[in-house]
Amino acid sequence: MNAQKTDALSAYFLAETSDVQETHTLSIIVDNEPGVLARVIGLFSGRGYNIDSLSVSETEHEKHVSRITIVTTGTPQVIEQIRHQLDRLVPVHIVRDLTVAAKHTSQEKPLERELALIKVRGEGEKRLEALRLSDAFKATVIDATVEHFVFEITGRTNKIDQFIEILSPLGLVEVSRTGVAALARGGQALKDLHDEI
Amino acid sequence: MQREMTGAEMVLQALRDNGVEHVFGYPGGAVLPIYDELIQQDDIQHILVRHEQGAGHAAEGYARSTGKAGVALVTSGPGATNMVTALTDAMLDSIPMVCITGQVPTNLVGSDAFQECDTVGITRPCTKHNWLVKDVKDLPRVLHEAFYVATSGRPGPVVVDIPKDVQFATGTYEKAQTNPSAHKSYRPQLKGEMTAIRAAVELMSKAKRPVFYTGGGVVNSGPAASQLLRELVDLTGFPLTSTLMGLGAYPASGEQWLGMLGMHGTYEANMAMHDCDLMICIGARFDDRITGRLDKFSPNSTKIHVDIDPSSINKIVHVDLPIVGDVAHVLEDMVRIWRASSFRSQPELKGWQTQISKWRARDCLSYSENNDVIMPQYALQRLNAAIKGRKDVYISTEVGQHQMWAAQYLGFESPNHWLTSGGFGTMGYGLPAAIGAQVAHPDALCINVAGDASILMNIQEMSTAVQHGLAPKTFILNNSYMGMVRQWQQLLHGNRLSHSYTDSLPDFVKLAEAYGGKGIRVTKPAELDDAIQEMIEAPGPVLFDCRVAQLTNCFPMIPSGKAHNEMLLPDEATDEAVANAIDTAGKSLV
Repeated sequence: MNAQKTDALSAYFLAETSDVQETHTLSIIVDNEPGVLARVIGLFSGRGYNIDSLSVSETEHEKHVSRITIVTTGTPQVIEQIRHQLDRLVPVHIVRDLTVAAKHTSQEKPLERELALIKVRGEGEKRLEALRLSDAFKATVIDATVEHFVFEITGRTNKIDQFIEILSPLGLVEVSRTGVAALARGGQALKDLHDEI
Repeated sequence: MQREMTGAEMVLQALRDNGVEHVFGYPGGAVLPIYDELIQQDDIQHILVRHEQGAGHAAEGYARSTGKAGVALVTSGPGATNMVTALTDAMLDSIPMVCITGQVPTNLVGSDAFQECDTVGITRPCTKHNWLVKDVKDLPRVLHEAFYVATSGRPGPVVVDIPKDVQFATGTYEKAQTNPSAHKSYRPQLKGEMTAIRAAVELMSKAKRPVFYTGGGVVNSGPAASQLLRELVDLTGFPLTSTLMGLGAYPASGEQWLGMLGMHGTYEANMAMHDCDLMICIGARFDDRITGRLDKFSPNSTKIHVDIDPSSINKIVHVDLPIVGDVAHVLEDMVRIWRASSFRSQPELKGWQTQISKWRARDCLSYSENNDVIMPQYALQRLNAAIKGRKDVYISTEVGQHQMWAAQYLGFESPNHWLTSGGFGTMGYGLPAAIGAQVAHPDALCINVAGDASILMNIQEMSTAVQHGLAPKTFILNNSYMGMVRQWQQLLHGNRLSHSYTDSLPDFVKLAEAYGGKGIRVTKPAELDDAIQEMIEAPGPVLFDCRVAQLTNCFPMIPSGKAHNEMLLPDEATDEAVANAIDTAGKSLV
């Protein structure tokens, strides 16, 4: 959403109370039915919201439900809209803003992890350096030949970003990332989280 | 009840079990099994339209005039895509509609088969929900769920896409569960939170310059909501304005009625919105046609917003006190709490009423009368005089100047009698919508107020009306222009009238006769009353070609980018004022 304030002359440029962009992590429990992901993604593209990261998989087979984790960026007002718009979709069971829920319990962020597979090709000193760095980042080697490694790394998004950046002069070939999986800290289930702003 | 039957039979049985009496549709290859069932029964009447879009709008008109879901039945591919405009229209105006579409057989889905399209993909953003039913055993449940989703909560259109092989397949039919509210994920909140409602009543009891701003949500909530609204207005003595979609919920003859608000709303309504200290928004959504310039929208008011859809709250305008719930439920609580607290309307309200009377005295709907040429406003005033006092009149409109004039000059006394395309602004809505209303109310007078351009967008439905013995009257304000487009070109583009004049309009009288209806043409103000009477008394459908002044503008108007208190009033709208009404920034707005 545009945060155009100065020439806000109509309804088309929302008079934002705050134009501070925030990044929030949303957890959405949905029926695992055909098209449900398209509904969620279509809502984001249709209404001009951002998707920074998206991950989805069936989490409870018997109940036939999936969990979608979306990291999005927007003003607080837009984030609130996203939450309500998602909740409006018929196959959506629960929507919770994990970032807000974390703030309610005085934490900075929810638990977030991402997994990445990273392919590096090189020889000599560069190869050794890549291996040393993988050790420092607690990445594991899951495939290798004399000329390449594939590392597996798990961690927060910024840790993975950093690892990839460091590897880029060392023969980085390609990267595959899962997107963020997230849970709230503490013993509560998603539906019991308090996330009203 | 459990019974073995084919998918096509299930469709008919589910319609019956959900109280459906009328279906608007058009057959085609992928729905033939359902049509074959239709002709072998008498409970459900099918109205054959001439274009699938017409079926959609007719279903909308039917729904709006009855409060029940409108049902449309069309074939795959072009049948479904022709429905998209009507579905989106129903989505924006929250109209309950169940659309059943045929689909190519499941084994051909995805193969680019003849008349195949991804119906659920195409209609996903323009429906409240949709389903592709790939197995006949899911069909009864989906059909019942479709009616529940369409009609509950904030109503809206749904699509059930049924492949042809599923229509032929045999399965077990079951009636709907007795408790549909046990839906696993969709549970609209009906009851408002009591602490919020109490706080709202408290604010109302202290307000000095309050105004009710009501919308289509009051009509959607059912007749009880309108009744309770009237009660609350009487108790509080607060003035009330309404959006285009909400007209009729509070009577136009009511003491507190300010008229419609917004871009073409009345001066008194918009000024009251601007100057109020408490705004009570009930079932409306702060649309851009209502708010005008947002950063100057009602700057000094506390805002209460009652809406069944949480996503409507704080979407456009930040409100101080949101109440999520069904309008009737919330109003019932408000009335009860107001009564129990034995609040009296404040003596301070007197000053506010005096101020409002001053604004009223501005007479913002005045226009220069003319003895030679029919002014469009005059035509509608005469129409209004002819239908005044009749309770069985349903008015639909197309979209444009005539629609705004109809909203301004026709008085609506009760809900569900005003059918118009508000949110989506669909030209071509009015005639099929009037047909839909006429199907639901065969003995009522259904009038479509139209423009010469709009009416041509679904004129083919005249044929539908004649075939089914329906008698909608289309009252065309014919100025040979797309009047609203021309007005905006005058306001924004130096009066360069690019393609907004329709040369070679058809002879509407002959056109009506060609369809088997009646045509009436009027060119002089003095002929109007008799001709309107003739139209009303005609037994069949009528095209009333009312030749009006060609270059009349629709006023009052809040020009784009302006605030409620910066209206352009008819007596101030000189050519120069019109040419300069919109500044550079406002020109980019629609």
